[in-house]
Amino acid sequence: MSLGVAGGWHMQALLGSLGRLARSPFATALTLLVIALALALPAALRLFVINAQAASGNFANAVDVSVYLKTDVPLAKAQQLAQAAMARHDVATVTLIPADQGLEDFRRYSGFGDALAALKDNPLPHVLHVRPRAEDSSAAALESLRRYFGAWPEVDLVQVDSQWVMRFNAILEVLRRLLMIAAALLGVGVLAVIGNTVRLEIAGRRAEIEVTKLVGGSNAFVRRPFLYAGVLYGLGGALLAWGIIATIVAVLGEPVASLARLYGSRYVLQGLPREEVGILVGAGALLGWLGAWVSAARHLRSIEPRA
Amino acid sequence: MIVFDRVSKRYANGREALVNVSFNIHNGEMVFLTGRSGAGKSTVLKLIALLERPTRGAVLVNGRNTQTLKSRHIAAFRRRVGVVFQDHKLLADRPVYDNVALPLAVAATPLKEIDKRVRAALDQVGLLGRERALPLELSVGEQQRVGIARAVVSKPPLLIADEPTGNLDPDLSIEVMRLFRRFQDVGVTVVIASHDHHLVREFGQRVIVLENGQVHGDAADSLPSVVATR
Repeated sequence: MSLGVAGGWHMQALLGSLGRLARSPFATALTLLVIALALALPAALRLFVINAQAASGNFANAVDVSVYLKTDVPLAKAQQLAQAAMARHDVATVTLIPADQGLEDFRRYSGFGDALAALKDNPLPHVLHVRPRAEDSSAAALESLRRYFGAWPEVDLVQVDSQWVMRFNAILEVLRRLLMIAAALLGVGVLAVIGNTVRLEIAGRRAEIEVTKLVGGSNAFVRRPFLYAGVLYGLGGALLAWGIIATIVAVLGEPVASLARLYGSRYVLQGLPREEVGILVGAGALLGWLGAWVSAARHLRSIEPRA
Repeated sequence: MIVFDRVSKRYANGREALVNVSFNIHNGEMVFLTGRSGAGKSTVLKLIALLERPTRGAVLVNGRNTQTLKSRHIAAFRRRVGVVFQDHKLLADRPVYDNVALPLAVAATPLKEIDKRVRAALDQVGLLGRERALPLELSVGEQQRVGIARAVVSKPPLLIADEPTGNLDPDLSIEVMRLFRRFQDVGVTVVIASHDHHLVREFGQRVIVLENGQVHGDAADSLPSVVATR
């Protein structure tokens, strides 16, 4: 059998499967919808993780490390330390806030101006505001910065607003695991749905399968249209799931942007990246093929022609 | 072509359908299997078409031992045996053309070749022009002829038929039998199970008589050598 002939027959089987799906549009639509929802759920979760990550990345850029020097450290020494901090490759900017300026700011913004006037000495230390570079804003990088400055003898206290970043990342990690579990479970669900659909189809075409085997149709030949049907179900379901995700992004885009604006951010909701859409569609097709194959292998073997 | 060597067949329900049956059918022969219902005619045909395997003994068809044939070779084996059924087993939801083309489709024959051969087969059974008809739009005799066209479309060297005239009136029966003999004339081995003694006698071919699962008579040589109906 030449490749062209084989291709022709595969095309025939594919078109045949497509035709059969089109002939019962309601049943096909229901099946596709179930598959699409099962695939859309992990995809939506993935969308959430992507956006949470992207959004937290934005916030992390604004994270500062406040290095409080001991009160007996003179200003000249503080300036020296600021230079040293600046020399680190993971530090973007260092701002020295001298004790006097700190007190002045506190007086102005805290509302305790009169009370502070009663103080003889300035109780505030010099403070270095260290802003890490964007790519070094992860919780781990912040933690290493905190340890580094904490080890300086002139430093009294290092305050990193990284607690929430760590918590947030921990939550994201939980979500990511949840995503994997959901994807695995729903993947099995898709397998079951497609397997069952193919099983019903096989049962409905029993006579045809018997006759086909009778005239010498191999198992591969008999199986082929069902495998194509499975792939079409999986592919169709995945594309529909993509449509659902795109709709979610479209519907949520504006409110999310408004919300972000209220927080002074120009964050916009991100859709699934192209390669992940590819993974979604590929996974759909693969699950379809697999579900159909398992079902066909199991149910076609039992159908043998009777005279 | 076909060798039955001390073949016994016992079905799962315990029924002994064939007991120690032996016979040879040579290339290009036309043979009738007769006997009462339940004598084992259908079982013989099922063993030839590899729808069943013998419990004991050996069945050789086209040089292949059906007992030892691997499952994955069954499809290729069946492609070399054309089968005609009493109930013709046509696909009711497919037009005549698709039904006849099926044996070629499973063998991945090029579409152009299929077209040529389906028309040729339909022409041989006198149904050219009915390609688009659905089986149920045809008469019983026509349906049977579609079944025959399907059995011969891939030009198998062996054609077997189980009561092909069972549902037909005498005139149609003779017509169908003549059709079978035309295939024999071009070298096809033909085995027909039939309980219609008159019809069988009229065609004057070799007759294997089965009774209670055993060969009761093999009239290969006892027939008149001149066959009047030829």
